[in-house]
Amino acid sequence: MFERLSVMLMKEFVQLRRDRWSMFRLIVPLFIQMIVFGYAATFTVHHVATAVLDLDQSRASRSLISHFVATSRFDIVDVARNQRRITSDINNDKAAIAIVIHAGFSRDLENGRSAPLQVIVDGTNSNTALIALGYISQIAAQFSAEWAGRAAPVRAGPAVPAAGIALQPLPWFNEGLNERWFFIPGVIGTLTLLQVVSLTAFAVVREREVGTLEQIMVSPIRPFEFILGKTVPFFLIGFGDIALVSLFGILWFHVPFIGSPWVMLAGASLFLMAAVGMGLLLSTFSRTQQQAFALNFFLLNPFFILSGFAFPIASMPKVLQWFTLINPLRYFLVVIRAVFLKGVGIEVLWPQLLAMALLATVMLTVSVLRFTKSLD
Amino acid sequence: MAAPGEAAIRVHGLSKSFGQVQAVRAIGFDVSQGEIFGLVGPDGAGKTTTMRMLAAVLQPDEGEIVIDGVDVAAEPELAKLHLSYMPQRFGLYEDLTVSENIFFYAELFGVSRSERMSRSERLLSAAGLLSFRRRLAGQLSGGMKQKLGLVCALIHTPKVLLLDEPTTGVDPVSRRDFWAILYDLRESGVTIVLSTAYMDEAERCSRLALLHGGAIRHCDTPSRLKESMPGALLAIPAADPRGMRDALVGKPGVLGVLLMGDRVHVRVDDAAKRIPELHALLEGHGFPGAVIEPTEPGIEDVFVALLGQGSAS
Repeated sequence: MFERLSVMLMKEFVQLRRDRWSMFRLIVPLFIQMIVFGYAATFTVHHVATAVLDLDQSRASRSLISHFVATSRFDIVDVARNQRRITSDINNDKAAIAIVIHAGFSRDLENGRSAPLQVIVDGTNSNTALIALGYISQIAAQFSAEWAGRAAPVRAGPAVPAAGIALQPLPWFNEGLNERWFFIPGVIGTLTLLQVVSLTAFAVVREREVGTLEQIMVSPIRPFEFILGKTVPFFLIGFGDIALVSLFGILWFHVPFIGSPWVMLAGASLFLMAAVGMGLLLSTFSRTQQQAFALNFFLLNPFFILSGFAFPIASMPKVLQWFTLINPLRYFLVVIRAVFLKGVGIEVLWPQLLAMALLATVMLTVSVLRFTKSLD
Repeated sequence: MAAPGEAAIRVHGLSKSFGQVQAVRAIGFDVSQGEIFGLVGPDGAGKTTTMRMLAAVLQPDEGEIVIDGVDVAAEPELAKLHLSYMPQRFGLYEDLTVSENIFFYAELFGVSRSERMSRSERLLSAAGLLSFRRRLAGQLSGGMKQKLGLVCALIHTPKVLLLDEPTTGVDPVSRRDFWAILYDLRESGVTIVLSTAYMDEAERCSRLALLHGGAIRHCDTPSRLKESMPGALLAIPAADPRGMRDALVGKPGVLGVLLMGDRVHVRVDDAAKRIPELHALLEGHGFPGAVIEPTEPGIEDVFVALLGQGSAS
C-alpha cells in the first residue's frame, strides 16, 4: 500500500514540477489578492464628494461647514446657491452627499431650540452613505456640544452640567480598530479554501476525463489509496499557502500574530481536510472539468458570503444561518482571527475545531463512498 | 473446448443493466490459455461493458467471472494482479514522459526495479518506441500512444490481457507492430480477449464471439463460423455495385447482398441452381455479361449472415 501511495505522490509532484506555470499560478494570485485586499478592502470612508447649500449664511452655519472641512472625510466639491443645484449635483454623481443648512439655523440655536440640519445622501451606495451619515452625526454632535459650551455662560443662572452618557470606546485586541487586522486573516482562510477546493476537484476530474482514472483502477490500487495520493499534495499546498500568506500578512501588513502556532496548525489541518473533502465531493459530481468549473463557481461564492468574512452571520436570515453551519470557512475564520489577534487557545476554540473535524470526516467519507460508486 | 481446469477465463451467466437498458444479457464463454478470443459486434452490442466487467472495474448484476482461478467479483484486487485491461483510449499522463508513464504503471503493480528495466526495454523495442523514451506522452502520434498504452498494460506481465478495440484509429504500420506483439504474447502463454470492429482483425483471432443486443449469438473459430454460414456465397464484380445490389435484393433465392468495394457479395440458398437465374436477372436489369463466381466467405459475410441483417452497405 505504501509503495502505491508513494508512486501516486511522486507522480503528482513530477506533474506539478513539469508544469512551469504551476508555481506561478499557485503563489502569485495569492499575493496579488492579498495586496488588493490589504490596501483596497476598507470600510473607512474618506474624501466623500460633498455639496453644501447654506441658506442661513450666518456665523453658526459657516462654523458648522468648517467642521466638515476640518476632517479629511468630506471634500466640499460645490457650494450651491439653490436647492436645484443640489439635486443636480447628486443626480450627476458630482456629489455623494449634500448638506443643506436652512434659513433660521442660527436663530434656532440662539433661542436654544434644536436646529434642523438636512443631509441628502446618494443611497445607491448604501454602505458609503451609512458610514458617512455616521460621521456627519458625530460632527453635528461635536458642533452642538461646542456651541452649548460657548452659549452657556451667556445664559443666566448657575451652570448646569449637561447630563448624558460619555462613551469611552476601548476596543480590545485591535485598539486602533485597524480593518486590515480584521481583513488579512480572513483573506488567508478564504483564498486557501478557494484554491484547495478547486485544485483538488480539477485534479481528480482531469484523471476521470483523460481516462487515467479508469486505467489506475484496473491496477491493484484501492480507491482510498488513489484518493490519498490525490489529496495529500493539495493538503500540503494548502499548508504552504497558509504559511506563506500569513507570513506576508505579518511582515508586510504588520498584522499581529499573538496566538500559538500550534493552535493555528491544528485549525489549518482540520480546515484543509475539510477543503480537500469538499473538492473531492465536488469532483464526484462532475464528469468533465467544465462541469467541475461551473459547480465550483456556483458554490464558492455562497461559501464566501456565508462565512462571516465581511457580513455578520448573526444578521443573516435563519435559513442562511443554518447553511453557515456546514461551511468550514465559517469556523476557520473564527480560529484564524482568534489566533492572530486574541491569542486564545484550544480551551476557547475547541467548538470550532470540533466542527471542522466533523465536517472533514463527513465530507471525506461521503466523497470516498461516492467516488467508489462513480467509477462504474 | 478446453477442459474447465485449463480455462484461463470462465464466464457464466453474466448480466449488466444500466437503468432500463440491458447492456449484457446472460453471456457465458470459456477462454483457454494462450487463445486470442475476439468479441465482435456492432456498436452498442455490449462489448465494452463485457470488457469492463472482465477487468473488474464494473460490478456485474449477475453471473460469475473466474480469471486464472480467481473469482473476480470476490477478490478484485487479486484478479487485477493477473490481468491487464486496455480501454479504447489508454489513460496516459500526457505531461509525463514515455519512461515515466511506464514507471508509474510498473510501480502500481509492484514490479521490481530490475524487472522493470529489462521488460520496458524489451517492450519498447518491440513497439518501436525505444528512441522516444524521453518524449512526453502528449507529443506522441495516435498509434504510438496506443502502443505505449500496450507497453504500460504489459509491464507487469499479466496472464490475461483484455483489449477493447485496441487499434481503432491506429495507422496500418502501428497496427502491424501491435499484432506482432500480440502474437508474441500468445506464444508465451498469455491469454488475450479483444473486441474489435475490424473484420481483418477478427479473422486473426483463434475464436470469436458474435455479440448482438448484449447476447452472444454465435461463438466458434473463424473457419467454423464460415462453414456454419447458411447458403453459398457468390461474388460479382460490378461497375455500379449499388445499382446491382438494388437489382438483387429480395429476389427469389437471394438471402443477402453485401457491398464489398467494387464487388457485390450475394448469399443464395443454392449456388448451382441460382447462378443461371442471376445471369438472366442481371441481364434484364442492364448488367449484361456479369461474371458470377462462388467465393469463400470472409468474416464480414458471416457476421452479416449470422446476425440476420439481410443486406448492409
